[in-house]
Amino acid sequence: MHVPDGFLNVSTSIATGVVSIGVVGYALRRVRAEMTEAAAPLAGLTAAFVFAVQMLNFPVGIGTSGHLMGGALAAALVGPWMAVIVVAVVLAVQALLFADGGITALGSNVLLIGIVTVAVGYAVSRLVVAALPRRALSAAPAAAIGALISVPAAALVFVGLYAVGGATELPLDRLAQYMLGWHTLIGVGEAVITGLTVAAVAATRPDLVHLARGARRTLVVTAPDGTTSTVTSSRSEDVRPATPRVGRRTAAIALVVSLALAGIVSGFASANPDGLEYVAESLGFIDEAQDSAVAGGPLSDYGLRGIDNPYLSTGLAGVIGVLVVVGLGILIARLSLRASDPDPDPEVERIDSSV
Amino acid sequence: MGAGHSHGTGSVSDGLFVHRHTVVHRLPAETKLVSLVVFVLVVVSTPREQVWAFGAFAVVLAVVVALARLRPGLVLRRMVIEVPFLVFALLLPFVALGERIDLGPVSVSAPGLLGAFNIVAKGTLGVVAAIVLSATTRPRDLVLGLQRLRVPTLLVTIISFMIRYLDVIVDDMRRMRVAREARGFEARHIGHIPVLARSAGALFVRSYERGERVYLAMVSRGFNGALPMLRARVTVAADWAGAAVLPATAGVIAVVAHSLGDLTAVTLGS
Amino acid sequence: MAESPADPALRVSGLAFAYPDGHQALFGIDLSVDAGERVAVLGPNGAGKTTFLLHLNGILGTAAGSDSVGEVRIGGTLVERRTVADIRRRVGFVFQDPDDQLFMPTVRDDVAFGPANFGLRGDELDARVDEALAAVDMSKFADRAPHHLSFGQRRRVAIATVLATDCDLLVLDEPTSNLDPQSRRELIAIVEALPVTTLVVTHDLPFAMRLCPRSVILDGGRIVADGVTGDLLTDPALLARHRLELPEGFDPERLRSAPRVQAG
Repeated sequence: MHVPDGFLNVSTSIATGVVSIGVVGYALRRVRAEMTEAAAPLAGLTAAFVFAVQMLNFPVGIGTSGHLMGGALAAALVGPWMAVIVVAVVLAVQALLFADGGITALGSNVLLIGIVTVAVGYAVSRLVVAALPRRALSAAPAAAIGALISVPAAALVFVGLYAVGGATELPLDRLAQYMLGWHTLIGVGEAVITGLTVAAVAATRPDLVHLARGARRTLVVTAPDGTTSTVTSSRSEDVRPATPRVGRRTAAIALVVSLALAGIVSGFASANPDGLEYVAESLGFIDEAQDSAVAGGPLSDYGLRGIDNPYLSTGLAGVIGVLVVVGLGILIARLSLRASDPDPDPEVERIDSSV
Repeated sequence: MGAGHSHGTGSVSDGLFVHRHTVVHRLPAETKLVSLVVFVLVVVSTPREQVWAFGAFAVVLAVVVALARLRPGLVLRRMVIEVPFLVFALLLPFVALGERIDLGPVSVSAPGLLGAFNIVAKGTLGVVAAIVLSATTRPRDLVLGLQRLRVPTLLVTIISFMIRYLDVIVDDMRRMRVAREARGFEARHIGHIPVLARSAGALFVRSYERGERVYLAMVSRGFNGALPMLRARVTVAADWAGAAVLPATAGVIAVVAHSLGDLTAVTLGS
Repeated sequence: MAESPADPALRVSGLAFAYPDGHQALFGIDLSVDAGERVAVLGPNGAGKTTFLLHLNGILGTAAGSDSVGEVRIGGTLVERRTVADIRRRVGFVFQDPDDQLFMPTVRDDVAFGPANFGLRGDELDARVDEALAAVDMSKFADRAPHHLSFGQRRRVAIATVLATDCDLLVLDEPTSNLDPQSRRELIAIVEALPVTTLVVTHDLPFAMRLCPRSVILDGGRIVADGVTGDLLTDPALLARHRLELPEGFDPERLRSAPRVQAG
């Protein structure tokens, strides 16, 4: 899938080069901040691994074999930023040491194979892993699905690049069809290999699978009377800070201001039509407007039905609206917090071993 | 990505380097890198209608290959990498839009034909240029060259480690394959993929753990975050001048090609 | 840190350590090594030898924030977070796998890595590198890449990388493992000629007998024997108790009467 020199014109090559340099530069800073000095040897060794595993022949039958691209796999194992660097390094070494992939096309190749594959693969994997049980092995199917989507996504971006900077006029929809079809097939292979490899790592060293960071082990606890129970472990990263990020005072002030605006000031709001209504009236399509499904509801049109005083009606509707939104927001936040921490009360962190 | 690289004997970490004593080999890596990038950019920006220009580029590049005393067979063999995009180029005349012309029994798109030539010519010249670079430059010197081109030290160090341990990791992988085959396993059909994936997983764990041990060794020798800069001899203006000959010649050809192209456009009144 | 000349090169007191997963590896180690001594650390696999060694330059231990108690003093200086940078200059650690230690593009770069981290530059650095390479007889290979060297050559360069830091205590982890007999002989000659205090973890009992007048046996995270090597190796009950075995045909009794080599 390496783009050679001459496929895309000079300006596109330079543009993708600039984008790639920017993203890789940012990734370097993130990785350095996270792992400090250990980043260099770990990234170097991971890059050597990706290069080596790209050499593996995976048989797909009838005498043909497929190869791994590795973007989604790298992201699942070492995280997105390190993965971007690792794949970029592999591509650069391939271009400079092995004449594999055009030197001027390096920017495009890093963008497609390094950045898009990693970004899409990681994003999809994270979404999937959030929906699965919090065990280390869940990272495997999540990584597989991420890999599956990542390859056609990169192919799509390639079609986009070609549309902008390709040399020959091609029917773009035909090109897109062909590229998508072929690369979806490749994506399937990539998914299978990625998933199985992540599973293999998660089985022995789950701590080395970045995607499995949220996983928790279950531990057996024996009570003094001999009964056993299983609990899910927690780690110190799970403990929420004592002070919330938004201080209570700030939240209270925000709530009061919202209520005041909605309850009092709103009564004095202009009755003139808003931008859309005005244009609709002037151009004569205001009559096309249909009532919303809740048009007959108790709070419709920013008023409380049954109360005749317009200020009171609007004001009360406003107050109720603010309270409903705030309440819903708190509910959603609580639910999502619970989803990322199965035990709201941090359980025992050390188990006394009776050795 | 193209088929895996098989290098038989000789270490992977050496890349395509072929040891010779030539003027091309002696040039500092950064001058060669810049020279070849500029050359390829010039080639890519040349209008494809000026078919003769690409012949001229090829001649110039062939002179460099000869100067570097690289065997043509070596260059041709490495050009096999091109094959996947040659397939794309072959399809182009049949799928492209634009006016059709008859090529014997088949009707192909004229722009498509030109486009195919465009890809083949530029891609091939690019590959040969890259082969010249890798065959005449030691990987270590290439890394040094990158450092002198102000690539961030962290990135240079990562590349350096990768090259250093490429052999070790590929060796690990080969040994795993030998161990599998010694137990009668040969990967032949799709059902064998899980076994290979398990090896891949084990390879990752080994590689990462080695990375951790390397870090420990670095720390034991006083590493505290300041990455080491490699030392090299000074690059002089003469070196840059020598390396500039190739892209300069190409530039002349390109300028002629561009003006001829404009001339043709003006003459045809299009 | 004022150290009296009588400070031992290494003093370990009451060292105990457990891994993060709770498994305790060291159960109280006391060891004192004087300047110039060469001491072999023997013991079965899993006894905690490498874990013990990693405490000597602060990779494990209180300096690293591990679950450890006890003290390690190098030449009188306590190993703690504050002193760890200096300790690493003074303790030269040669790991078992030379590939883990030779991570730079050429031999010269690797040997220069240590002293460069400790502040050497320019001609002084070059001189130190040349000296260290000469000590291991690898001067001709200074500009080679490590993957072009044989295993034995890589072992020797690994030793050079720590010699170059001008260390006070040399720690070798299984220096003769996987060496062919000729390389092993060359390595013994090199270590014999080094004047620095040396601690060697080894399974190679003849090597211990030949080079180290004193040996300790580490088993189950404790030092269970400490004495003259010849005495230890001629005590079959002791050897059997700690799963140590003499190689076929090796008779320590014969060597006891041979002249012993002392460092310094």
